[in-house]
Amino acid sequence: MTGAQLTQLLQSAVFFGTVIMYGAIGEILTEKSGNLNLGVPGIMYLGGIAGLAASFFYEINTENPSAIVCLLLSFIAAFLASALGGLIYSFLTITLRANQNVTGLTLTIFGGGIANFFGGSLNTMAGGVGQISVATTSAAYRANIPALAGMGTVGTLLFSYGFMVYLAIILAVALHFFLTRTRKGLNLRAVGENPATADAAGINVTRNKYLATCVGAGISGLGGLYYTMDYIKGTWANDGTIEALGWLAVALVIFATWKTVNAIWGSYLFGLLFWMYLYIPGLTRSSQELFKMLPYLVTIAVLIFISLRKKRENQPPASLGLAYFREER
Amino acid sequence: MEQTIAIQLKNITKRFGKVVANDSISLEIRRGEILSLLGENGSGKTTLMNMLAGIYFPDEGEILVNGSPVTIASPKDAFACGIGMIHQHFKLVDVFTAAENIVLGLEDEGKLDLKAASAKIVDICQKYGFSIDPSKKVYDMSVSEKQTVEIVKVLYRGADILILDEPTAVLTPQETDRLFDVMRNMKADGKALVIITHKLHEVMDVSDRVAVLRKGQYIGDVATKDTSPQKLTDMMVGHAVTLNIDRPEPKDPTPRLTVENLTVYDAMGVKRLDDVSFTAMGGEILGIAGIAGSGQKELLEAIAGLQPLRPGASIHYRPKETLEGDAGIELVGKTPLQIKQAGVSLAFVPEDRLGMGLVGSLGMTGNMLLRSYRNGFGVFTDRKAPKKLAEDVMGRLEVVTPSVNFPVRRLSGGNVQKVLVGREIAQQPSVLMTAYAVRGLDINTSYTIYNLLTEQKMQGVAVIYVGEDLDVLLELCDRILVLCGGQVSGIVDARTTTKEEVGLLMTRFKKEAAEG
Amino acid sequence: MSSVKQHKEPLLRIAKRDGISRSKAYAIRIVAVILSLVISGIFIFAVTKLNPIQVYEAMFNGAFGSSRRSWVTIRDTMTLLCIGVGLAPAFKMKFWNIGAEGQVLIGGIMTAGLMRAYGNSIPTPVLLVIMAAASLLGGCVWGVIPAAFKAKWNTNETLFTLMMNYVAIQLTSYCVALWENPFGSNTVGQINQQTKGGWFPALFGQTYALNVIIVLALTIGMFLYLKYSKQGYEITVVGDSENTARYAGINVKKVTIRTMAISGAICGLAGFIAVAGASHTISTSTAGGRGFTAIIVAWLAQFNTFVMVLISLLLVFLQKGAIQIASQFNLNDYASNVITGIILFFILGSEFFINYRVILRSGKEGEAK
Repeated sequence: MTGAQLTQLLQSAVFFGTVIMYGAIGEILTEKSGNLNLGVPGIMYLGGIAGLAASFFYEINTENPSAIVCLLLSFIAAFLASALGGLIYSFLTITLRANQNVTGLTLTIFGGGIANFFGGSLNTMAGGVGQISVATTSAAYRANIPALAGMGTVGTLLFSYGFMVYLAIILAVALHFFLTRTRKGLNLRAVGENPATADAAGINVTRNKYLATCVGAGISGLGGLYYTMDYIKGTWANDGTIEALGWLAVALVIFATWKTVNAIWGSYLFGLLFWMYLYIPGLTRSSQELFKMLPYLVTIAVLIFISLRKKRENQPPASLGLAYFREER
Repeated sequence: MEQTIAIQLKNITKRFGKVVANDSISLEIRRGEILSLLGENGSGKTTLMNMLAGIYFPDEGEILVNGSPVTIASPKDAFACGIGMIHQHFKLVDVFTAAENIVLGLEDEGKLDLKAASAKIVDICQKYGFSIDPSKKVYDMSVSEKQTVEIVKVLYRGADILILDEPTAVLTPQETDRLFDVMRNMKADGKALVIITHKLHEVMDVSDRVAVLRKGQYIGDVATKDTSPQKLTDMMVGHAVTLNIDRPEPKDPTPRLTVENLTVYDAMGVKRLDDVSFTAMGGEILGIAGIAGSGQKELLEAIAGLQPLRPGASIHYRPKETLEGDAGIELVGKTPLQIKQAGVSLAFVPEDRLGMGLVGSLGMTGNMLLRSYRNGFGVFTDRKAPKKLAEDVMGRLEVVTPSVNFPVRRLSGGNVQKVLVGREIAQQPSVLMTAYAVRGLDINTSYTIYNLLTEQKMQGVAVIYVGEDLDVLLELCDRILVLCGGQVSGIVDARTTTKEEVGLLMTRFKKEAAEG
Repeated sequence: MSSVKQHKEPLLRIAKRDGISRSKAYAIRIVAVILSLVISGIFIFAVTKLNPIQVYEAMFNGAFGSSRRSWVTIRDTMTLLCIGVGLAPAFKMKFWNIGAEGQVLIGGIMTAGLMRAYGNSIPTPVLLVIMAAASLLGGCVWGVIPAAFKAKWNTNETLFTLMMNYVAIQLTSYCVALWENPFGSNTVGQINQQTKGGWFPALFGQTYALNVIIVLALTIGMFLYLKYSKQGYEITVVGDSENTARYAGINVKKVTIRTMAISGAICGLAGFIAVAGASHTISTSTAGGRGFTAIIVAWLAQFNTFVMVLISLLLVFLQKGAIQIASQFNLNDYASNVITGIILFFILGSEFFINYRVILRSGKEGEAK
């Protein structure tokens, strides 16, 4: 592999990793509250389509769309739409105590349906399949500082990305700080570990679960936004990629052993594993597909490893997947 | 000492389904005083206090704190009133440290300052005389350490009304003494304390006033100095304890189970049984006494093949018709199924009825099937025999259920117990083990169970009865094995021993260990 | 202790129901479905300005408008039902088998592989038996792997089976690339299109009769197995309480692995039916998310395989109907996923009103919504 190829591989790993990092850190926040939300793919879909739709309508109705407005509109729309997905999940699982797995899977069906339905319609409105494009917004998402990005290999590796790549890292670190160093974070973790204890300590279990799930969904949805705006440059394709990435994000949560800082390098590693096949000489098209199995196999290995070692700090939140009802006796 | 009223309960009623757990109870809790809330298991003590702690919400009645009516709809409301409850089952997060558990849920905004919290924790410990390491993880702690964390947690929040739910059940005598010292320190500090208990000597030892509940009814309260254990017992059970359990002489007792060198460690690596040896005879009832958690559960489960044993243990079973000198069948190393297949008819009524003995989602018929489902023809189960058995048990033990297919999970505790005991006895066992067989049952049902056990004994069954009520143990059993800290501290003749002697044996080993 | 609120009683309280009559429970569910259809109707009207009644009419037409359409609807219902039936024992045991998607694909790969290799050399009836056996075995292995880890080290089965799906999906992509026909199309195309070797034969003049026979037999068989067999009883006990199971001398590990072997095998067989009995090709859409949808089918039916027939039919009906309205009204067929989502949300939510009652402050009790 040449140096240029290696740079290219690392760069693709970062692009790829960023999408799933958002998905994973949002889901970590959710799971820390004890909610196993298998609706991540659906939520990422919601984020992607909402961001795209918001900037699409703004761009076609405005003579000279302003990059800042494009950015803000799509960002807020993506976050809110995804959080709304989280709200549906929260209402059903927390208030109405529906089964978490089934509700999450339904949300994935629903989110994918909404996104591809409107995505298809937007394509039609824009004049045909693959015609939709939000050039201004996408450019704003992909903007970097040329002076820095131009600094040779280092510049390419570190500074050639749109702002959301850096935002993901900042968010991951901030969430780690929130979860481990603040009272609210401690309270939230207690809810996921042992809701009865948290309840007895005067923590509002319901509110914590709602907030963590909705904000977590909002963050996960940014992964969908990053995918549409940056990764595929402001277009829409009904090809199911977001769903596959969404499941990979769920895998990453396990791989990161429920710690957002681990998700940073974990996501890039997944990206690396995913794209590696392009750079390994002599692979046929079929064996490339086998290579793409790697992230999942690695996750399974991690899952087995943590169940073997039983180190208390690496386990999933103790009440993950269970509904809480105080007057149960 | 000035005694102002901290809390007034007025006509509090709480129902669970059709069961009235608290029936129009009125009670006062005063500052600078330790109040004992006394009552038998299931008398409604914990339920009543849970309403002060915001765990349950009363169906009727009023709660006044410092003279003004309040609504305690959540534990948060309870804290706001200055009420802190130390539950019997600790409410701690295992993966957190002591300090993290203690500051959990506090309102202060912003950064988590564990250093400052630790300093404050150490202060509180010094003031009242505890010791804990604020940075120790809860999963590394002993039971007594966990309890200390619970108490400090409540004090840290500035609670001045403390409720302790059976705090001594899991403690050694030394730990209990230390706890009582701390409680007296807190009383001197002007706090109001409530201790829920059913142990009379503790009531006499630590409290200033005693309030008694019986079957959800408030019986009355008396100053401790004006009363005696006998009078309190009368209040608690309604009449002096003369149980008059029918106890025939054992019928030609023969060794049925010979247990030797039984040692059990739990999943956390804690020793639960320490070199236990004894023989259970067919035709007698062997009682097992001990404070809660002394290894009773592990002992029964070990015999039933449900506990991994340390090497060197043996459990020999001799069927009713054995020749002289026959060593019988070795049970160690056999699974429950292998024990059964070896022809050993072992009946076992475990403590956790729905969690271990029964299938909650199935009806009585489905539960009768648990012991016999393998008997059916071919791959299918036979439902006729269990259905008949279910109807039989329902009639004989007066189980109240809409039908034999009604999920047993929805039945009341007493009926659940009857289903379980009925099934186990129907196996025509040669060994019958019961753990707390009458817990939560009313007097009549309890006597039904006692009679059933005695009936089994007279049929030559080796009955092992784990109990918590010493009076029952003394009147029902032929011999009593006393467990203390996982060791056998003595085996006594139930007809000649006294309550004091058994009580002493229950705590002996720990005292020796502490003294030596 | 400054801010003690002084109100009488919380506005709403929730208590577990002691029991509810079956008819009342179904009434609540029917109300939920009707409500969801109204909401879906509003959704359709909002985005298309079409008369929802007309749209629903078109949907019905799409699913049952002709004999051929009806049969396609039935065929797809059977495939979905087969997966749901496969999941039933696992869920009854409280083992979260999210891996049906992968188990179906493995069954599909086995079938397609054999069909390509021996479709023209082994007589179809014999080949069908071989393919069925191979797909059962494939799905079984895919199900047993996570079960074995669960039994041995208590490895989280939800996450493990979920990951196994993607291993299977990549394996499918690998096979598709390997078996590509024609070259460069990145699809396998219809296998043995000329000879129909290894295809389900038409019975009684109906192309899909065999699908129906196999799946209905499985449905009845699974119902009897769960309700009346010794193994079914063991599954119930393990699902209720593992401690009780051990107490009764049931080998929990053995039951876990055995049940997942059955569950995986039936899901694998669904792959066989999907390939040999329907599409005659293999791609990642051989499962096409049905492994996930079937989870919802199995859960909503509460392990009753006969109820699964109805739920499968409803979901497939929605899907077929949506494809029809997509072409008829120039929408796109993802609308079916939206409507499916809405209906499932409502049904999931309605379970709450079956299991709990809401007590209002005045003491009145709310029943349904």
